[in-house]
Amino acid sequence: MAERSFAKEVEKLRLGAGQEFAGEGILAITKALLQCGVGYVGGYQGAPISHLMDVLADAQDILGELGVHFEASASEATATAMLAASVHYPIRGAATFKSTVGTNVASDALANLASGGVTGGALIIVGEDYGEGSSIMQERSHAFAMKSQVWLLDPRPNLPSIVKAVEDGFELSEASNTPVMLQVRIRCCHVHGHFIAKDNKRPPMSVADALSAPRRDTGRIVLPPASFLHEKEKVTKRWPAAVDFIKSRKINEVFGPDNGSIGIVMQGGMYNSVVRALQRLGLADTYGDTDVALYVLNAVYPLVDDEFLSFCEGKQAVLVVEEGQPNYIEQAFAAMLHKAERGTKLVGKEHLPMAGEYTGQVMLDGIGSFLRAYAPHLLPGEVRAPNKLGEGVDTADLINVVPGRPPGFCIGCPERPIFAATKLVEQELGKHHIASDIGCHLFSIMPPFELGATTMGYGLGPASASAFNSPEAKRRSISFVGDGGFWHNGLTSSIGNAVFNKNDGVIVIVDNFYSAATGGQDILSSRASNRTKSTKHPITEAMKGMGVKWLRHIDRTYDVGQMRDTLREALTTEEKGPKVIVASSECMLNRQRRERPLVDKAVKGGERVVKPKFGVDEDVCTGDHACMRLSGCPSLSVKSLDDPLRDDPVASIDQNCVGCGNCGEVADAAVLCPSFYRADVVHNPSRWDRFLESARRAVIGRLQRRRESRRLMFADA
Amino acid sequence: MLEQASPLRPKPGASDDERVIKLAVLAVGGQGGGVLADWITDVAERSGYIAQSTSVAGVAQRTGATIYYIEMARDTGRLPVFALSPSQGDVDILIAAELMEAGRAIIRGFVTPERTTLIASSHRIAAVSEKIEPGDGRASSEKVHATAEVAAKRFIAFDMEKIAAEHGTMISASLLGALAGSDALPFPRENYEQAIGAGGRGVKASLAAFGAAYDRARGIAVATAGDNASGKPAAPDTSSTAKVSGPETLLKGWQELATRIAALPKPVRDMAERGLKKVVDYQDIAYGGEYLDRLDKAIALDSAERGHALSVASAKHLANAMCYDDMIRVADLKTRSTRDRRVRKEVGVREGLVLQVTEYFHPRIEEFCGTLPVAIGSYIESRPKLAAFLDRRINRGRHIRTDSFTGFAMLWFIGGLRRWRGRLLRHKVEVEHLERWYGLALAHARENYALGLEILNCRRLIKGYSDTHARAQSKFDRVLSALALLEGREDAADWIRRLREAALKDEKGDMLDGALKTVATLNDAAR
Repeated sequence: MAERSFAKEVEKLRLGAGQEFAGEGILAITKALLQCGVGYVGGYQGAPISHLMDVLADAQDILGELGVHFEASASEATATAMLAASVHYPIRGAATFKSTVGTNVASDALANLASGGVTGGALIIVGEDYGEGSSIMQERSHAFAMKSQVWLLDPRPNLPSIVKAVEDGFELSEASNTPVMLQVRIRCCHVHGHFIAKDNKRPPMSVADALSAPRRDTGRIVLPPASFLHEKEKVTKRWPAAVDFIKSRKINEVFGPDNGSIGIVMQGGMYNSVVRALQRLGLADTYGDTDVALYVLNAVYPLVDDEFLSFCEGKQAVLVVEEGQPNYIEQAFAAMLHKAERGTKLVGKEHLPMAGEYTGQVMLDGIGSFLRAYAPHLLPGEVRAPNKLGEGVDTADLINVVPGRPPGFCIGCPERPIFAATKLVEQELGKHHIASDIGCHLFSIMPPFELGATTMGYGLGPASASAFNSPEAKRRSISFVGDGGFWHNGLTSSIGNAVFNKNDGVIVIVDNFYSAATGGQDILSSRASNRTKSTKHPITEAMKGMGVKWLRHIDRTYDVGQMRDTLREALTTEEKGPKVIVASSECMLNRQRRERPLVDKAVKGGERVVKPKFGVDEDVCTGDHACMRLSGCPSLSVKSLDDPLRDDPVASIDQNCVGCGNCGEVADAAVLCPSFYRADVVHNPSRWDRFLESARRAVIGRLQRRRESRRLMFADA
Repeated sequence: MLEQASPLRPKPGASDDERVIKLAVLAVGGQGGGVLADWITDVAERSGYIAQSTSVAGVAQRTGATIYYIEMARDTGRLPVFALSPSQGDVDILIAAELMEAGRAIIRGFVTPERTTLIASSHRIAAVSEKIEPGDGRASSEKVHATAEVAAKRFIAFDMEKIAAEHGTMISASLLGALAGSDALPFPRENYEQAIGAGGRGVKASLAAFGAAYDRARGIAVATAGDNASGKPAAPDTSSTAKVSGPETLLKGWQELATRIAALPKPVRDMAERGLKKVVDYQDIAYGGEYLDRLDKAIALDSAERGHALSVASAKHLANAMCYDDMIRVADLKTRSTRDRRVRKEVGVREGLVLQVTEYFHPRIEEFCGTLPVAIGSYIESRPKLAAFLDRRINRGRHIRTDSFTGFAMLWFIGGLRRWRGRLLRHKVEVEHLERWYGLALAHARENYALGLEILNCRRLIKGYSDTHARAQSKFDRVLSALALLEGREDAADWIRRLREAALKDEKGDMLDGALKTVATLNDAAR
């Protein structure tokens, strides 16, 4: 069960021809797939396309009605390998994942798929995680398209355009026997908009049909001599077919006047930002009607030589707006102009930054600079010689005031105590080399924990510590891997490798019952029952199967003391080989989403329910904040006391506390202070509860009155 | 040629029909910014506008700063080209769901004096970096308020989190109310309320919070940013006249002490009375007398020209030093009826519910010995093997239920040891420490008043329990160790203050060690 439910939204997938669809970009892509008669879909979750997987998972009934097979693939490689179903059979298939990290994983399958080519349309929807909000290394999917010679679509970021790109993608794939990548950027995935729907189509051939009439063709298998022929086929047949398709179907678009002296070429995804810059420069209106010729590449690979050259016809200068680097498109266009011996000046990264996201300001500056250089006559006076409105606000002071706010562990996160324990064990045994992995647990690298030296890829945490295995070493390495990464790749690449190579390090598997960072999707070891997937396969069993001998399972990570002791034992035991600790507790975000409605219902229904919450005795707290240096919980914060005797703010726990227990356990394990208390509120108490309470309160009240009647009482104390 | 180009394309915004309204929401992940963005989009669409909203989901939402962005234009039958993220200097309405996020918006250039209406909730959510300092690491809200006043065309700020909490809902509802009340968007109130109603869940609470924030924003909008716009807390309540109650004899004793307070120089009285109350509450009337005796020493050295700063600081820090945090103190505080009432209020225990309270203790041999008579305590402490033996039996976490008979009785008993506190080992140690520090401060104050004052203020460093307390002691000692190096320097007070501030920056005192190295080089440089 994912973090966000699309149960309501998926009903939009049933819309028929002529009806208006309103919703998120990701949902529109899903609808487009169904309208195209897709036969099967697979993928691996990850922002920004997590919702695509969640929508599909929630849409299983609709998919079933249409005879569409859906898989939550084990990895991006799996998802791409799945497209093999389109090699011999005329079945349309789609795979989706986060890029470039997913494309990295997928590239083995992608290269094989691209070599043999496809019969049915094969579409790979990549969520380009680039720029603000991205959580990965900044690279381009473009390189993968070029490397394997698969085609890359980069549509304008509005719903009608991306829906059309899905349709075009399948047709292009079939026309050129080549898989096609459809690239959508972060904000485009989450953009809210409208388009006019078409009817959903049943796939003309389903996977069931294919299974009952198997086909094969040795010529499509990647092995000599076919593989040599594939390479030739790519350039002699598939490439020209793709170029023809793009040209004849007018996939790329031209806007603005045809007789201007300058023009701008851009990736489709950049169109809105380019138009916004032109609007601000007074050269375009609200609807995008513009005075500057625009050549919009909805297909960024392959490029169409004569289309581009004819756009440049009569133009003195053309600006290429290409986000990211290297500037493949600009280089290719420059070569085209050079070979065609054209005089048009081609510029790009001279006016725009080589690296980094093309934000609104970057675009305004870049296009403004280009226009000032090559077409100042177009610019209105106030742009050419702007009257500055004052000095602007001085924010230098503010920069030192406003604190950074990177993402971190949620309230009640079960991973927090794991790192609190790690910090405590390091206080005893000294600093260790710690290898991190991909997932929420990577937040450990940030304050207050500051644990972890590297992150090398999903499921590769322990693998990235494999060099640190020396008989002379006095300390062991510690590596982390999440349950998501573990099943994605870690089982073999990290654990298998450590067992086989007799790695002596400590491996902590952070098991929170979901692929949590990507939005709480189920995985093999999830504890929940899933109607369409097989869950409840314990990680510990897999460990034993892999040959791990030193294995500990902690079933409540909030037990900081036990977590610390287990880590200490793993770091100091005489036993050789990998020491694996599986630390399990449910992701609190998902647990709350699952439990809260049930608890509320139980309370309303009159059942006895105990709700825990933590608090701090402000007169016991001395304001040293040691607890926060072992927590960072959003719910545990500082507050000022209205008391001139006290200089520093004290700890305070707000109403969002879910009573996970970390505060109390840390205070105990780290021997911090007795300020914390846990308050369990019993709703709908039983008779026994009530009786006990009244008896206790009678006695306690007596004792209190006795003491308080013999001392001075200050009204404000 | 210029004339040709300019009128060809009227800039967007030239006519109201074609104007694109740009609205950005800066929030902290988990605040419900997505709900707010959906509502605003819905309101716009209900009002005959085309709207486009975007956001960045994913890990950015896990408690980090996030942005939602919405563009809207009147529906003229043609599809506008909207941008997908806000640009510097091109935002009409900026909603910040937390005060520092308003500051971040200003830094990022999303707030401009010519056009931006800045709607901000004035409450704070402290970032991790603000919380982990051993001192007070919190950012200055005043600076953000001051900059926002000049950076925005209009600045509407009040505590929208509080309004939401009062109505049992999320801040998204009160933010929407403030937006509607600001009149920054050309949409009628009903459309906002319909959008909330369409959401389905918790509609009543959301509408109530929406209404309250709407009125509040209206009030401010009309009064053009009055004092309450800044949302500053009310002036602290000076409750020094609060009532004292108790048995006759004790009240008489208190009266005598109160007479002594009344005789003190005026600037010292308030702090001295607070200190006295704390000390008497901690121990007894006699202890209060000791407190005033000690305080008198500082007053004797002090003068009105100096504003009695030394005496005020003494009044404050002597009280804190004399009320050291021992097991007896903690047990006493945790078994009071006032504490019970406070917990019930904080947790929100209504009639008919049962409250169970668990305390987390982790006593060590040190605390145990401290609670023994001086002779026995020091006997054990001077025998490491015996101490270690006992520690193995004592040193573990104890979770004590103070709502149960036994748990409460145990703490009640420990709290009752108060009466023998003066004879216990911890008291002896603390008194010695206090006398050393206080004596040092007063001795220096005679020569160098400012330095004496700073030595007094160093008491702020001592806090925490167990290891934290030990670390604090070590920092305190390290800061004062610089006194020898600073001997005779005019800026000695300044250096001690700097050292103390450095000591409050991080846990181990790395900054302090760095600063101490600098101090060590001072004299070399002078030579």
